[in-house]
Amino acid sequence: MSAQNLWRSLWRVRRVTEALAPDADATAGPEELIGSLQLRHVDAGSCNGCELEIASAFGPVYDAERFGARLVASPRHADGLLVTGPVTRNMAVPLVKTLEATPHPRIVIAVGDCACDCGVFRGGYGVVGSVGDVVPVDASIPGCPPDPTAIIDALRGITRR
Amino acid sequence: MNAGSHTVVAVIASCSQVVAVAVGGLVLIGLMRKVRAHLEGRVGAPILQPMFDVRKLFRKERLRPDQATWIFPLAPVVLVATVAVAAAITPLVTTGPALSTGSDFFALVYLLLVGSTLLALAGMDAGTAFGGMGSSRAVTIGALAEPALLVTILALSATAHSSNLPAIVRATLADPGSVATPQRLFALGALLVVIVAESGRLPVDNPATHLELTMVHEAMILEYAGPDLAFVTVGEAMRLTLLLGVFVNLVAPWGIATTTNVAAVAVGLVTLVAKVAVVGLALAVFEVFTAKLRLFRLPELLAGAFVLALLGVVSGLVVK
Amino acid sequence: MTAASLVVSGAVLGLTAGVGGATLPRRSRVAVGAVLVWGACALEAVAAIHVLVSGHRVVLHSAELLPFTGVNLVLTPLGAFFVLLVAMVAVPATLHGIGYAHHGLDSRMAAFAVPIFVTVLLLVPAAGSVATFMVLWELMALTSLSLVLVDHGRREATRSAGTWYAVITHIGAAAILTAFLILAAHSGGQSFAALRLHARHLAPVVRALVFVLALVGFGSKAGVVPFHVWLPKAHPEAPSPVSALMSGAMVALGVYGIILVGDVILGGGSLWWWLVVLALGAVSALFGSLHAASSTDMKRLLAYSTTDNVGLALIGLGASGLFDATRHPQLAALGLVAALVLLLNHAAFKGALFLSAGSVQSATGTRDLDQLGGLLRRMPQTGALFLGAAAAICALPPLNGFIGEWLLFQSLLHGADIGNTAGEIAIPLAVAAMALTAGLTVVAFVKAAGIGFLGRPRSEGADAAVEVPGTMRLAVGLLVGVCVVLGVVPTLVLPAVERAVRAVLPRVAPLSLAHGVDLQLVGLRGVLEPAALAAAMAGALFGLGALRRALARRPAPRVAEAWGCGRQLQTARMQYTATSFAEPVQRVFDDVLRPVQDLDVSHVAESRYFIEAVTFHNAVDDGIERGLYRPVIGAVRRWGQVARQLQPGSVHRYLAYGLGALVIVLTALTVIR
Repeated sequence: MSAQNLWRSLWRVRRVTEALAPDADATAGPEELIGSLQLRHVDAGSCNGCELEIASAFGPVYDAERFGARLVASPRHADGLLVTGPVTRNMAVPLVKTLEATPHPRIVIAVGDCACDCGVFRGGYGVVGSVGDVVPVDASIPGCPPDPTAIIDALRGITRR
Repeated sequence: MNAGSHTVVAVIASCSQVVAVAVGGLVLIGLMRKVRAHLEGRVGAPILQPMFDVRKLFRKERLRPDQATWIFPLAPVVLVATVAVAAAITPLVTTGPALSTGSDFFALVYLLLVGSTLLALAGMDAGTAFGGMGSSRAVTIGALAEPALLVTILALSATAHSSNLPAIVRATLADPGSVATPQRLFALGALLVVIVAESGRLPVDNPATHLELTMVHEAMILEYAGPDLAFVTVGEAMRLTLLLGVFVNLVAPWGIATTTNVAAVAVGLVTLVAKVAVVGLALAVFEVFTAKLRLFRLPELLAGAFVLALLGVVSGLVVK
Repeated sequence: MTAASLVVSGAVLGLTAGVGGATLPRRSRVAVGAVLVWGACALEAVAAIHVLVSGHRVVLHSAELLPFTGVNLVLTPLGAFFVLLVAMVAVPATLHGIGYAHHGLDSRMAAFAVPIFVTVLLLVPAAGSVATFMVLWELMALTSLSLVLVDHGRREATRSAGTWYAVITHIGAAAILTAFLILAAHSGGQSFAALRLHARHLAPVVRALVFVLALVGFGSKAGVVPFHVWLPKAHPEAPSPVSALMSGAMVALGVYGIILVGDVILGGGSLWWWLVVLALGAVSALFGSLHAASSTDMKRLLAYSTTDNVGLALIGLGASGLFDATRHPQLAALGLVAALVLLLNHAAFKGALFLSAGSVQSATGTRDLDQLGGLLRRMPQTGALFLGAAAAICALPPLNGFIGEWLLFQSLLHGADIGNTAGEIAIPLAVAAMALTAGLTVVAFVKAAGIGFLGRPRSEGADAAVEVPGTMRLAVGLLVGVCVVLGVVPTLVLPAVERAVRAVLPRVAPLSLAHGVDLQLVGLRGVLEPAALAAAMAGALFGLGALRRALARRPAPRVAEAWGCGRQLQTARMQYTATSFAEPVQRVFDDVLRPVQDLDVSHVAESRYFIEAVTFHNAVDDGIERGLYRPVIGAVRRWGQVARQLQPGSVHRYLAYGLGALVIVLTALTVIR
């Protein structure tokens, strides 16, 4: 797309972000993370449905960034993990190592039914367990997949924005 | 006014420059992200979000990789220290900051090089593949940008017959028409490309990338956490702001304080903030329309900048 | 004691050290030799300081020592500067040699040659006549050659390096001798004063020929492209203290020779001479830094870096000559000051780098960067000193390399509008060459320091390394200390450098660069305040360190495993190697470097789908050696094969040759008469 066309479509679209009301019963996190939350996403074995919802949550319509949350590449830069999927055998050790690489204070947010309680994959031969069976979980977002607004509610609970 | 109060005002001006670059740097990064968000149709994080991030980082734990040496914790502090010293002595708010007699453009370039070199070493300190990759790419890009940078300094120093930055700024103030000469325009064009390369912005490097194989600067700092990461973030923001500040004062120095009184310094501060904000905004808009260049296309870009700088020098000799 | 007697006693002490080294038992010969050499260096240095401070030269003449010509020593301020440079490198190098002795330096030959080598290095800048100079030059070549071959019994590479060095240094010596003989033939005497007096009456063509011969001869010793090919072979093979002396002191004497012939004897010369010097300097700088950036052998990297730094000094020298020829004496002086400061700095940090590379080789058994790693934790002081010296060579403030580069840049900057077209085109290109060289030097030394000293050890030798003895660390520490002092307070040596420059360019007004502790160009606008800058950097560093400690909420850092994307295992083989670090540079410049890459994949016997082993070999050889020397050597060999046809072994054929030659000579004589 040429720069001219890009500029024209940007100008036409303006803002698409929806206003969202905060959720009063969202789980609170450590007080150091109020206002600023960087998360490292770990796919422990998901079907990628939750990843699409997370991408949408950080996209223009739901825009989680306006509440102080951001996805980062390195767990060292992160305040916690956003884990999707049931924990498969091959991802059990990497998940633990990723959490160990994250500096304190840190949180783990389990996104989707598979992360909370293995969902439809419970009992599968390649599955070790839910995220809570491998690492301690601080917040859970049920749903298969969860709505982007549910993801944002959980993030806002921690950033208190 | 006697020499004592001159020095006091100079020191005040230098301190204000350092604070402006440090605080303003983070605000500039927030502003650039906000502009990008608005162009993408989003609201985006608040402009002060980078400051909240840095404050949070200071409350986090410090980590050290098991193979790391004293280079690892030293690098972020040296990065911020050298950029702060550079910010104190360059003419940003006033043409007479502290130590301005020794404020040489060449010295500025090498002062910034200390921070990047040490950061490159720190990237290799953890003993991982990412760190080595980031360091390797960063020093290669730095090496290819050097010729353009030094020939640009040669071109810009021609009008003032000196590479002393306050002298160049004062010469530009005295002769505003000199900015529109082909010599200056070519040199400033080359300088802009080099600034983009040195501060790791698009199209040379994408600061927001998550793919390690596309990282140049991010890969070097992958191991930093907590306060060390805060220092690195602040240092990088300061470096960008400082370079943009030098650039705007070479293009349009009007507003900079030339006399040693506090009112002039205040005016200089306000105009600096305004000018850097405008350039930062323009850079942010440009970044929305640019994709990152493939690593092995960068030599062509930097060679182009070098040719621009050389044209600047040659046109200066011809037009004379 | 007069300065003359100091010079003589220094020489005598040096010779005694050599004799002592050869005769004493093995355990004490290196140490005693070193102490006596320190005495010789001290005596010569005092004489040199006397010359620089007072401005008077020291003249010594002895008709007995050398038959027919006598020995003629004249210590001018320029020579005194180089004597101090040599002494500065020689003391730490010999100190380091005490600990390094078991690598061949404790043989009789080496213990004899090292003190003689140092003594000759101290005396060459004081040589005042052709015969003295050539005798000392040859002695220098012979002693250094024997020292390069100290390890020859063990390695084929050492013998090959020795051959290359011997041939090229003697071709260079022949060129120098020819130049001096041409000058001496026209002047009727062989002292340098006589040569200088009569040189101005020579025809321009003869003067140009002399200069070109001198440039070839001295350039080959200095390691200037295209005569540098022996340097990356010989300097790595020599023991490290000898490499430090060769790279730090001997190459500086090569540049001294060019200054001697070009400026002192020939009195300046034409413009195009100095453009050639500038061009050679720029090409050497680029070539050297590029190859240093792609080398994986630590000492070869340092050797190419020597070519690079000599190139920078030649850029300064060429610029100085350019300005002198276009009648800008102040700028000429500035350029020459820059060249001399660059040489002094180079001696300091290259000496430190070679000595610490020697410490590393002694501790790990290898100098291949791809086998090293993790040495900063195992050898903390040597590692820290190497990092300091590497920072100095990368011209990072507040160390001495930065001062030299600033001076060079200022001399080029202020000469950018001298009014001569060739010069005005050359200067921006020289700046560009200087800049790219600086960038590639950073690549080379971040590679050397990062791969060699940081991360995990890549071999058992590196893993088992322990810190070297205190003498070796002290030696490196002395040179790094010099780097720091020259970086923060360069005005300590600048008056001496200016005195030396004014001896070469007498028409110049005093430069007085030193302004308190700051550098200020006189008549031009340029000021540098290194001490203030260093103080500001230190203050900011400590202040921010304290700030970090105060602001950080949590206590000291927790040690954690390096982040490897959650991999099960992190080994040393997952790190970058020196080859991979240099790969982007190699790719960008592959037309110049032409790396030879060899990929060998072996498959499992049962199925071609499974790979058993992959071997990758990447080699960068010297382009000039490949493109220029090997074809010439090949051609000479072929002609030699052809010429063998003339020697079938038949006595009849040889008698016929004799008869034919006689007939031709008689016929020629008849025709001519």
